[in-house]
Amino acid sequence: MTRHERRVGEMTSACGRAIAVTVICLGYLLGQAVAQGGGELRFCLRTEPKTFDPLKVEDESSAAVRYLTGGVLVRVNRQTQELEPELAQSWKVSKDGRQITFRLRSGISFSDGTGFSAGDVAYTMQQLMDPALHSPTGDAFRSGAGNVETKVISPTQISITFPAPVAGLDRLFDQVAILSERSSKKEMAVLGPFMVADYKPGATLLLNRNPNYWKTDEQGRKLPYLDSIRLDIQPNRDVEMLRFKRGELDLINSLDSEYFDKLAATSPQLVHDAGPSLDSEQLWFNEVGRAPIPGYKKNWFRSANFRRAISEAINREDLSRIVYHGHAQPAVGPFSPANKFWFNSKLKPQAYSPDAALKTLQADGFRMENGALKDKDGNEVVFSIITNAGSKTRERMAVLIQDDLQKIGIHVNVVTLDFPSLIERMTQSFDYEAILLGLTNVDLDPNGEMNVWLSSSENHQWNPQQKTPETSWEAEIDRLMRAQASSTDAKKRKEAFDRVQEIVVEQEPFVFLINKNALSAVSTTVHGAAPVILSPQTFWNAERLTAGAK
Amino acid sequence: MNSWQKLACAILALVLCASLAANWLAPAGYAKQYREATNAPPSHAHWLGTDEVGRDRFAQVLYGTRISLLLAPAAALLSTLMAAVIGGLAGYLGGIWARMAMAVTDLFLSLPWLFLLITARALMPLNVSPLVSVLVTFMLLGLLGWTAAARVLCTTAGSLRSSDFVRQARAAGLPGQRLFWVHVLPNLRPVLYAQFWISIPVFILSEANLGILGLGVAEPMPSWGSLLKELEGLVSVGEEPWKFVPLVLLVVVVTSFQLLLSRQEEVTA
Repeated sequence: MTRHERRVGEMTSACGRAIAVTVICLGYLLGQAVAQGGGELRFCLRTEPKTFDPLKVEDESSAAVRYLTGGVLVRVNRQTQELEPELAQSWKVSKDGRQITFRLRSGISFSDGTGFSAGDVAYTMQQLMDPALHSPTGDAFRSGAGNVETKVISPTQISITFPAPVAGLDRLFDQVAILSERSSKKEMAVLGPFMVADYKPGATLLLNRNPNYWKTDEQGRKLPYLDSIRLDIQPNRDVEMLRFKRGELDLINSLDSEYFDKLAATSPQLVHDAGPSLDSEQLWFNEVGRAPIPGYKKNWFRSANFRRAISEAINREDLSRIVYHGHAQPAVGPFSPANKFWFNSKLKPQAYSPDAALKTLQADGFRMENGALKDKDGNEVVFSIITNAGSKTRERMAVLIQDDLQKIGIHVNVVTLDFPSLIERMTQSFDYEAILLGLTNVDLDPNGEMNVWLSSSENHQWNPQQKTPETSWEAEIDRLMRAQASSTDAKKRKEAFDRVQEIVVEQEPFVFLINKNALSAVSTTVHGAAPVILSPQTFWNAERLTAGAK
Repeated sequence: MNSWQKLACAILALVLCASLAANWLAPAGYAKQYREATNAPPSHAHWLGTDEVGRDRFAQVLYGTRISLLLAPAAALLSTLMAAVIGGLAGYLGGIWARMAMAVTDLFLSLPWLFLLITARALMPLNVSPLVSVLVTFMLLGLLGWTAAARVLCTTAGSLRSSDFVRQARAAGLPGQRLFWVHVLPNLRPVLYAQFWISIPVFILSEANLGILGLGVAEPMPSWGSLLKELEGLVSVGEEPWKFVPLVLLVVVVTSFQLLLSRQEEVTA
């Protein structure tokens, strides 16, 4: 054998060994993949979850964990917006809207193996309504003074009675994750598709499949398909985007329009625009009587004509096109068209018309002098709009509005403040003239906005905590909101809230600007994803998702 | 002056002249919005393209340079004068005066100036014009930026106080006030110059930092800080290289100041 032949022989042998090792490795990996089933889904939470107790949830990250781990009696289908049975097979709300009776499924266990029964629902409700807990979820159920009574009729039947009627009572249970009465693990024993397996604060939260999850698919296979969900805590959106591009993440639940377009340019199959979301951006003027601003400015801000003229002078199409790259719609009123049932479809967005704005202002005695607008007393119309520093979209909107209003002679000073300073001015000192901010709406029901529309509320931002309504239209809104909240007749509630929307559009205490679209990105390795407008947009059907090969 | 320093001087002169001639060189005012051409790449109409709301970036760079380049030296002058009065006098008087001045200086140095600026901005009246906001921003930078220079001047003045020529003048009966103005202050001048030149790039960068935080110069007035904000979230350099022009300009100007400063140090030495 020549040296060359020996060398070739050695190489062939080495190649053979390499192929064998490769085959073994591939076999092992394939075996792993088969064993994993649905694979692991990876995405980011933008902030640390503040709690794993589902009754104390108030932040977005904790709400995401609750959605993935918590078992609920009924669930709002994020796609159809209809209420569907979950742990409860059926339910019935009494005619007076004070009582709800659930018939529960049997043979269900928590993740730690303890059985589920009506006693757990009663325990959860008692915990939820405990005033000492200060549960934000529980606050939605507080319709009147008095205690909530629970009556366990049988292990699979329970009735819950409230001291006063609760509008949209059944839908509120979408947020109530049932706790185990008997488990020593308390909130870590869950009924949802996933359970917390590992948590490294500031880094990662690992959710594993709940082996005791009760649901099966149409073929009788146990859900969820996924083996685990890895949630990385990552506040930086640039890093999140880079990791998604590198394939280290499987989805981005909420995407900025800028990133959306950049990603769409290279990988259009990864991005999803589900249409207008429930979130809105709006501008409002300070109408607080004791606010430390000049009296003549208070008179402008309290004039419906002034507010309407500002609204007419703002080019919402440009806000949508330029700031949101077309991924937003001009807003109409308090509810977005995305809210299929409650949106008043008779209302149309305010048309952009500087000429109409000037005419409206003339009705209040305003006049143009050398390109500057002056009121009837000769005061030049100048005001400031504050928004939070660091929000690129709001800063850009403010700059466009500044330019739009300049066209009708109004000089606007744009001020960006750090968020705590802005909130302090908005809620404590009332030392501001106009604010540009957004409203994140997670609740489809108008009851979720009672704290905004009631004139006595703290969040009635343009003029909060009024002892008695200062205007007749605010009194009318108070009456209508209370009427819809105390009625269980969906038609009557809709009529009342339709009228509220009309009044808000007529009076414009909030100058609604745009409704952002729900934008997300999902890797092609994720199967079964169907992004929607309701939160959580991309993983609302997490139990039916799979992640793995393309 | 070596050739690098001559080049630095020429660059600074060119940049300053171009910014002062912004009214003639820029195709439009810095606030003019071309809404049909937002985020446009460089073209014949817009040499450096347009920003997110359609404003001509070249005009913004010219006007922003004018603001940063004129007001940073003004703030540097203010801080140097404060340092001269506080540090120089304390060093010259010595004893308890020097200890008190240094205690105040240490206190100022230990303050989180960034939070102070944010607080000061939050306390300011809201309805101020962009021009006033820019003046206030640089004034605040000047008022807060004297401390490091004051320490240097205090030490220098202290060593001058015990120098032979000052002792001789004192022994000859020269009154204290005249001694300070005639003998001490002129000898502090090289240190004052150096501190002035050092402060300029520091204030330019400080304003840029404040701009990135959304504080400082108000819209629609441009500054280098607000222009640098565009680089936030830029994933790759090759994507839109023209957006780096303000950054390159900032680096060139600061480097030019540093080169001139080294010349100043040579003169001082």
